[in-house]
Amino acid sequence: MLSAPRRRERLLALIVLAALLFTPPLVLVPDRAAAISWLPLYLFAAWGMVIGLAAWLMEHPAAPTHRPPPEE
Amino acid sequence: MRSDLVVLGVAFGYLALLFLIAAWGDRRAEQGRSLIGSPNVYALSIAVYCTAWTFYGSVGRAAQFGPSFLLIYLGPTLAMLMAPFLIRKMVRIAGAQRITSIADFISARYGKSSSLGALVALIALIGITPYIALQLKAITVSHAVLVNYPQAADLRLADEPFWLDKSFWVALVLAVFIILFGTRHLDASERHEGMVAAIAFESLVKLVAFLSVGVFTVFVLFQGPGDLFARVAATPELAERLGLDAVPGGATGWVGMLVLAFLAFLTLPRQFQVLVVENVDERHLARASWLFPLYLLAINLFVIPIAMAGLLLMGDADPDSFVLTLPLSADLQGLPLLVFIGGLSAATSMVIVETIALSTMVSNQLIMPLLLRTRRLHRSASGELAGWLLGIRRVAIVLILLMGYLYHALVGDAYSLVTIGLVSFAAACQFAPAMLVGMYWRGAHRRGAALGLIAGTLVWAWTLLIPGFAQSGWLDAGFLEQGPFGIAWLRPYALFGLEGWDIYTHSLLWSLTANLGLLVGVSLFSRQSPLEQTQAALFAEAMHPHLLQTSLWHGQTTRGELRALLDRYLGTGATARVFADATSREEEDAAAPASPNQIARAEQALSGALGNASARVLINSVVRGEALDLESILSILDTTSETLEINRRLEQKSSELAQASEELRAANERLRELDRLKDEFVAMVSHELRTPLTSIRAFAEILRDSGELPEEKRLHFLDVVVKESQRLSRLIEEILDLARLESGRLTLNPQRLDLVALARHSVDAVHHMQEDRGVALEVAIELEEAPVIGDPDRLEQVIINLLDNAGKFADEARPRVRLSLARHKTHYRLAVEDNGPGIDAQERERVFEKFHQIQRPEEAPDKRRGRPRGSGLGLPISRGIVAHLGGRLWVEEAPHLGGACLIMELPEAPPATGGEPASAVT
Repeated sequence: MLSAPRRRERLLALIVLAALLFTPPLVLVPDRAAAISWLPLYLFAAWGMVIGLAAWLMEHPAAPTHRPPPEE
Repeated sequence: MRSDLVVLGVAFGYLALLFLIAAWGDRRAEQGRSLIGSPNVYALSIAVYCTAWTFYGSVGRAAQFGPSFLLIYLGPTLAMLMAPFLIRKMVRIAGAQRITSIADFISARYGKSSSLGALVALIALIGITPYIALQLKAITVSHAVLVNYPQAADLRLADEPFWLDKSFWVALVLAVFIILFGTRHLDASERHEGMVAAIAFESLVKLVAFLSVGVFTVFVLFQGPGDLFARVAATPELAERLGLDAVPGGATGWVGMLVLAFLAFLTLPRQFQVLVVENVDERHLARASWLFPLYLLAINLFVIPIAMAGLLLMGDADPDSFVLTLPLSADLQGLPLLVFIGGLSAATSMVIVETIALSTMVSNQLIMPLLLRTRRLHRSASGELAGWLLGIRRVAIVLILLMGYLYHALVGDAYSLVTIGLVSFAAACQFAPAMLVGMYWRGAHRRGAALGLIAGTLVWAWTLLIPGFAQSGWLDAGFLEQGPFGIAWLRPYALFGLEGWDIYTHSLLWSLTANLGLLVGVSLFSRQSPLEQTQAALFAEAMHPHLLQTSLWHGQTTRGELRALLDRYLGTGATARVFADATSREEEDAAAPASPNQIARAEQALSGALGNASARVLINSVVRGEALDLESILSILDTTSETLEINRRLEQKSSELAQASEELRAANERLRELDRLKDEFVAMVSHELRTPLTSIRAFAEILRDSGELPEEKRLHFLDVVVKESQRLSRLIEEILDLARLESGRLTLNPQRLDLVALARHSVDAVHHMQEDRGVALEVAIELEEAPVIGDPDRLEQVIINLLDNAGKFADEARPRVRLSLARHKTHYRLAVEDNGPGIDAQERERVFEKFHQIQRPEEAPDKRRGRPRGSGLGLPISRGIVAHLGGRLWVEEAPHLGGACLIMELPEAPPATGGEPASAVT
């Protein structure tokens, strides 16, 4: 897991992205966009995207490195 | 079809199926072919998070509060994204310390404190029992809805004797299931294979059931999502519920709920059980970190459509039951049954895992420490206590389920499903500071953790639990409005005057503030015991790649005593495993001292069965002397990081060394080559010097020995001697030049000069000689001036050498030489060409080698019309001089005359600044 150093950084970036997408003020945007709130649709879309990115990050084989990255 | 008998038959048939799956899972594990050794099964087992609350309550919550129910699943999604960092560390710690529950985890972190473990177990028991009750209530309600429809599922629970309540019997069956599959091993840190397999299966069942209702609702009751939402949009009071305005507390409530779900996901006892204790392989976390969120997304996909459809079609019916009543209203037979089974699977899986987790806590953290205080226990026979321990756990299981049932029967009516769930969530969140801070901050202190937990739980009780009782009518609800004894700032839903917040966010804020504040504050002013320091270091540095679970025992005990202790508590089988490495000879020697490793393994084995705190007490009872050496553990951690650094530096050094030796090898190679060249050079020089010397000597001897030579001949001989002497001295001069060039001692006197003038001057110098030889010399200089930096004498030497060479190699019959000078970008090119045979492309670089002579097989060059033979040094010297002046010298095809063309290129001098150029090129 996380054998490539880049994967660690990408995962951290993904966590930050997910946290931003799931909280105000970003969730206010689809809520106020139209007469009927698009919030549920937005949440499912953002959620699906985060899951897709996580799946890609976790499942694609990492480039072998000679030295394991320092853990935690 | 929906007769009570059929429903009961299906329900208990489903439970029987669970027994079969669990038994099969355990059987496979015994054969060493584990069913659950897959990341997918692991992810499915985590889905125990989705309880009956998700199954029925999400729709209810969506109907009332819009998309806020999604936060309960977005929080865990964030937590699972962090799994490779956070949960992996928890798994690793739990593996190393043989952790059996979250209470054990926190107790182990804070110096294996039994009181802290007991506190956590107690809070879990108080906070989670309502949650178990909620599951039983869901079973009762869903059964009633299914059987009584279309009559309202009016529960007359109070009137109904308990033996008519189906959830009582379900609880009983579950008790049997949990006792059978949850207490197979004494070692609670070992995984429960059969149980996990059954849980994963249940996760699939509830997903399929919920998706079926969703598809039915959207595509059968309506013509697809477009139709459904068009009708929602046409109903303003429904459309309003899709937005943030429907969320209690607005944006603040939104964030509060997200944090609540995030923390509860990590701290709920059942989640800790499946995430950490039942984890088979750390690597499964990678798959689970996205597969479990995907599961959550799938099971929530149809929540809003079902809620909206229910509100459109069912009007003011109980939204918690829409999942059942929608297919029932369409007069279906099979689907409602499937939904009921889905809800049953969601409820039972939660009850199973939660009960195992709670019963382990109760037996290991609450009852065992009490029993260990009584003397009688220490005198019991071999293996007897192992039976005791399992007995305690089984009784605890029955009691916990009974408590859950009682709570459900007595209180459950007052709350809607989601309310109870969130109250439990907020209780579990109180474990988060002690657990998470303890995992990263070594300084967190036992007293701080305990006070924080107590304070947080009290605030939780005041702001959520007690107001809940009041709303159920158990207490006078007046204090909600006026505050206790009329103290307004103590009102439970507006503590310290904080009004307008959603009650869960409000409670979470105050309870976590008190909890975290006390944990940090008290820790900063407390001194840890050595054991706690050690445990804190082991937890905080758990991911340290070189952390060895070395034995830290310095105490003394005999094998016999240790063996007797393990025998009493764990039975002979476990004892044999601990002493597995002892040879048979050592086996017999009961009086021999136990090795530190054996003591450590004994403690680990006891920890897995009894929890860390009790294991510590037991080991202390037989081991004399200081049992543990804090200094060594801390120094292990410090030295390993130091060693790592030293290793890294060593690695760097060795790679530098390897590079240096490679360079040395190359230099050595080069030196050998140079040595060989030097030998060749010396041989050549000697040869070249000997040739003129031989002829001088020969003619001189002739002149000496034969006195009567004709005058004409004598003059001719003397002439030869003079010429050969000149050649010799020229040769020596050249060799000296070359030597100076190569050693870098050639003194050049660079100055600004005009190459045009210099070329003309050189041509004039050789003109006479060339004419003598019959060489036609053409000069083509297009420039007025060609300023370069150079040594005029040396450059003239080069040009003359080039002209001389060209003359030598020009065509025999009509020798022609052409000198041209032209500008090329920022350089000047002086080219000297001849109309000779030219030089082959592969020979062109070789003419610059020392003593290289172009071979002309048809004739010896020095016999040609009396032209002097070249020494073979002129071109190498010329190239050396030109290179020293920053230019180049090379051979090309002659563009005009067709022979060889030697080109000298020199950079243009920078614009004159007056005076002499200062740079000295040597």
